[in-house]
Amino acid sequence: MSAPAPHYDVIVAGAGNAGLSAAIVAAEAGARVLVLESAPPAYRGGNSRHTRNFRCMHEGPLAVLTGRYGEDEYLDDLMRVTKGKTDADLARLVIRNSPDCLAFMRAHGVHFQPSLSGTLSLSRTNAFFLGGGKALINAYCNAATDLGIAIAYETEIRHVVVGEGGGFEALEVEVAGERRIVAGRTLVLAAGGFEANLDWLAEAWGPAARNFLIRGTPYNRGAVLRDMLDQGAASVGDPTQCHCVAIDGRAPKFDGGIASRLDCVPFSIVVNKDGRRFYDEGEDVWPKRYAIWGRLVAAQPDQVAFSIIDAKSADLFMPSLYPPVTADTLAELAAKLGLPAAALEETVAGYNAACRPGAFDPTELDGLATEALAPAKTNWARPINEPPFCGYMLRPGVTFTYLGLKVDESARVMGPRGRYPNIWAAGEIMAGSILGEGYLAGFGMTIGAVFGRIAGREAAAVANA
Amino acid sequence: MTEIATPASAATDEARRQAEICNACRYCEGYCSVFPLMFRSRTFADADIVELANLCHNCRGCYYACQYAPPHAFALNLPRALAEVRAESWQRYAWPSALARLFQRSGVALVVAIVLAVAAIFLAMGALRPTGGRGFYAVLSHGAMVAIFTPLFLLPFLAMARGLARYWREVGGERVRLADLAAATGGAARLDNLAGGHGEGCNFEAGDRFTNTRRFAHQATAAGFLLCFAATASGTLYHYGLGWEAPYSLFSLPKLFGVPGGVLLTAGALALGLLKVRADPDLGAPDLWGGDIAFVLTLALTGATGLMLYAAGGTPLVPVILALHLGTVAAFFLTTPYSKMAHAFYRFAALVRDAQRRR
Ligand SMILES: Cc1cc2nc3c(=O)[nH]c(=O)nc-3n(C[C@H](O)[C@H](O)[C@H](O)COP(=O)(O)OP(=O)(O)OC[C@H]3O[C@@H](n4cnc5c(N)ncnc54)[C@H](O)[C@@H]3O)c2cc1C
Ligand code: SF4
Ligand code: SF4
Repeated sequence: MSAPAPHYDVIVAGAGNAGLSAAIVAAEAGARVLVLESAPPAYRGGNSRHTRNFRCMHEGPLAVLTGRYGEDEYLDDLMRVTKGKTDADLARLVIRNSPDCLAFMRAHGVHFQPSLSGTLSLSRTNAFFLGGGKALINAYCNAATDLGIAIAYETEIRHVVVGEGGGFEALEVEVAGERRIVAGRTLVLAAGGFEANLDWLAEAWGPAARNFLIRGTPYNRGAVLRDMLDQGAASVGDPTQCHCVAIDGRAPKFDGGIASRLDCVPFSIVVNKDGRRFYDEGEDVWPKRYAIWGRLVAAQPDQVAFSIIDAKSADLFMPSLYPPVTADTLAELAAKLGLPAAALEETVAGYNAACRPGAFDPTELDGLATEALAPAKTNWARPINEPPFCGYMLRPGVTFTYLGLKVDESARVMGPRGRYPNIWAAGEIMAGSILGEGYLAGFGMTIGAVFGRIAGREAAAVANA
Repeated sequence: MTEIATPASAATDEARRQAEICNACRYCEGYCSVFPLMFRSRTFADADIVELANLCHNCRGCYYACQYAPPHAFALNLPRALAEVRAESWQRYAWPSALARLFQRSGVALVVAIVLAVAAIFLAMGALRPTGGRGFYAVLSHGAMVAIFTPLFLLPFLAMARGLARYWREVGGERVRLADLAAATGGAARLDNLAGGHGEGCNFEAGDRFTNTRRFAHQATAAGFLLCFAATASGTLYHYGLGWEAPYSLFSLPKLFGVPGGVLLTAGALALGLLKVRADPDLGAPDLWGGDIAFVLTLALTGATGLMLYAAGGTPLVPVILALHLGTVAAFFLTTPYSKMAHAFYRFAALVRDAQRRR
């Protein structure tokens, strides 16, 4: 006796940008679609919920985008930040399809706004979602509902059942502590990375990883990724690579999002818990350096550091989530931050003595460097001597991981015996197929949008065939 | 001009806490005028929070878009936080304050006010029965109506003016230019701040979906209200200027304004009430829900009884309906500085101040 035919043509794992894009395209192609999401409705949308924009190629001014951002310039930017560790063919595929994504988003209720105040440098390259990523997710979920797509929340996928023939047959899911089986014809994996899985991070990074903060959703625990890798799916990306930035150390363990970002480092000195400096704070403009500071802080004792500024620099950067710790003397500030006062005073005195006169310009590399100081501060080096003094605690904040599933240009996942006939992947779970390291702001959402749409189209075609 | 200090309050502190998080996030910049104003400052004095609160139109876009909305630990609910501050500020400006606390919160109080006003009008009709007059002036003379309504109109007007002056000082308003008024009038007429920044409207009765229903219902109500006002004004003009007495024909100005005005006011206010019933009370100031509902029903009753009065012309029902209508109108006017009606004045002032800040 044969098993009953599965009710769903396409099952999508994860209700983020990539998953919902796939679901909508598949449903519009006539497929019956089910989306499984481990989070409750309030936390649907994974890390996409926290985003603000996506990077979009355009030949001339387009919607909120100014000027022109062509394919080659886009690819060059990508090559530079990834130090050439980019799959150029897949990257070009993403770049060329990005303008269609803008049209797709608008057609499905996503609205855009001019680049936010404080982010003018992105007005040409990145299209900002009005209301941010959660507004995009809301629009997609409404579009999905209107298309008759079923979304099952609080349903965690635990295991992908691959049959004798090497194809996907069903999913083992957990709902309210109970295991269930859901059968389907095709599967799109869009369940994000494993950045919220501290055990897994600790495997790659050592125990220090347990002190990291996770900037996004607590639900991206990588259960699907681990299960696929255990079954022999091909992997790409370095497990020890993750996008990790220095954020406000007072932010919550998970889900602090964009607001926990701190932009004060270039105008400050950064000391570790012993009150000692450890890196050039003024090496480059902040957008080009923020992503190395996560690792720098991660390498310090207890994975913590403190950014110290004085009154004249207090207003030079975007406002912070929480007000800084302030004090009228360095000793008092040290006490409030839990730093050794004598060491902090000594570090600041040494730094101040190494500062040289010159013109300070917060908007560009001003060459105002310290002299005979190790490590040097090569730009924006002004003495820290005007009370009140301010301090921010910094901790590493993980944005996303790179280890993922290897896919081809049709988003098909590679298995132990070649491509799976009916499994596709989109978004962060396969982003390692394109980027090996580094990151270009707004590219994560573009990958999800492009590959999500490809996966949805292909899965629907196979299911309907 | 003397600065007025905003007294500290828990509502202001909560709104400030949320505004500081928004300022580090900024994702909602394009929804309304509140965010561009907010993002000009790094810190927020109490008066800044009051200004933001009065500019907020409670479109709720920023709630549904917020990645930090409850159950997130940051517990962002800016529409509610600003609604609470707004309500507190109107109470503070109202004179006497206690009346605002009463009418903002208690729908029953407004109903009682209407009942008392209707009863008073009945008594007046009995005591001041006219000897001549046509139409409803045969029930209550024009002179008596004017004597009753002039103070009813002037007293709240004075109280409102006093409140507005205090608001203006508190937010540091400057001398008003014509261009400020023009900008504010345009913003109010289009209800820009309920358009969602994209023209598809606000998030009110349909959760995270955008609709223009509330925007249209509000403008129907406002247009109806203004038309009814114009009807009364043109009637006064006819009466004193031209010596023509009511009742007027269908093609007279009072009727041409009044009939569509009454229809719009009634339908618009009922629609607003219906939307409010469907919307999530936790995204406004929940304590004010009853008072707000009573207020829109009062508006609807004003429009409906006006229309009924016209329809009943010449029948024995006129005295009853006239008392009902005049009583409702009287209660509405008297409670203006203390009811939701105050929003029209403060919000307009906030739009004027915003225009000043943008210039
Ligand atoms: C704070 C922050 C800001 C960012 N800003 C930007 C930006 O502005 N622009 C940009 O391009 N990128 C940005 N990124 C990166 C971006 O978030 C990701 O690249 C993108 O969201 C990935 O989309 P996705 O759909 O693949 O995954 P997600 O959006 O994370 O969605 C994955 C979904 O799968 C669900 N899930 C996970 N495991 C399971 C399971 N076992 N069963 C069922 N469901 C499961 C999760 O709950 C989640 O809803 C940012 C990231 C962070 C953390
Ligand atoms: S309401 Fe939320 S999403 Fe909007 S600006 Fe404030 S913190 Fe950001
Ligand atoms: S509720 Fe609407 S008007 Fe009020 S602050 Fe939020 S987005 Fe602006």
